[in-house]
Amino acid sequence: MSMTSIALATGFALILMGLYGALTHRDVIRMIIGFTIADAGVNIVLVAIGVITGREAPILDTIAPAEAAQRIIDPVPQALVLTAIVIGLGVTALMLAYAYRLFRFRRSLDISEYRDLKW
Amino acid sequence: MNLARNTIVVVLLALLGMAFYTLFAGYVPDESLNISALYYAENTAAETGAQNVVAAIIVTYRGLDTLGEVTVLFLTAAIVGLVLAESRAPKKAAGHGILPPGELLTTGARLLVPMILLFGAYVFINGHLTPGGGFQGGAILASGAILMLLADPGKRFSHGLISRIESISGLAYVVIGVIGAIWAGGFLDNAILPLGTFGSLASAGAIPLIYALIGLKVGAEFSSMLQSFEETEDAA
Repeated sequence: MSMTSIALATGFALILMGLYGALTHRDVIRMIIGFTIADAGVNIVLVAIGVITGREAPILDTIAPAEAAQRIIDPVPQALVLTAIVIGLGVTALMLAYAYRLFRFRRSLDISEYRDLKW
Repeated sequence: MNLARNTIVVVLLALLGMAFYTLFAGYVPDESLNISALYYAENTAAETGAQNVVAAIIVTYRGLDTLGEVTVLFLTAAIVGLVLAESRAPKKAAGHGILPPGELLTTGARLLVPMILLFGAYVFINGHLTPGGGFQGGAILASGAILMLLADPGKRFSHGLISRIESISGLAYVVIGVIGAIWAGGFLDNAILPLGTFGSLASAGAIPLIYALIGLKVGAEFSSMLQSFEETEDAA
């Protein structure tokens, strides 16, 4: 098992675990935690895809710019994941704010008590 | 009912897991960089002067996306403030009923907060040289803010100061982008300032400047989000 496949397997497992938690729990806070776990899994998978075995991080301090093409890993997924982490944080903050409003509204965090949109 | 629902969830996730397994089993890692990554690897040093290729992609090559990302964060902070505004505790009542934080935390916060803020500034100023940058540095600044809130739960930061830092740095970010469109190659081009010696602090044109602005903006947005959460009434 290489590092890449370990990271990929971990990431996929985290996505499944997070979705399972978000879909089976009735408590809103636990659902939010499930979503953040799935989010972390997606980020791990994305970073792992950019890895090329035997190469270094895309920072040219010890690598001469001329040989960068042979020695660095793919920087694009890393830039993408940086964006994804920030947006994930924003989404989590919004979910928590709405959870707080729901709690203030009906004094409960159990999702099965909110049936207004159910048909 | 509950059992049936959980069975459906397990079946769906098993299907998704099978899809993931196919991806995992059929995954062949790249042996060399793909075309876009190869372009960044070969041209970043000459075109932007930044050591950190990821920073060059985020701030210069895909600068417009980063502006959009900062806008999304701004929207999030605004919506969190709006959603929580109705249940904001009256002045002086915030932190009421919470146990006092204790001498250790208060003194520790007084010692650590300036160092945390300094470290955050270090991380975003050196974003073009080392792993780090505006978003990471901004998150570190906000961790200083949350330590202050923990040490003194009744404390209120000045909303005016936070929103002023946020709007000034956001405006300056856009102005730098427009200057790049007029004087250099395009919107948010970093070549409006000299590229400098490769690897020194004052290099990579406008990247350190833009990252400092992003860091301040992100730090202010995170702090205002944390403060919105902290100022809510305790649901007793």
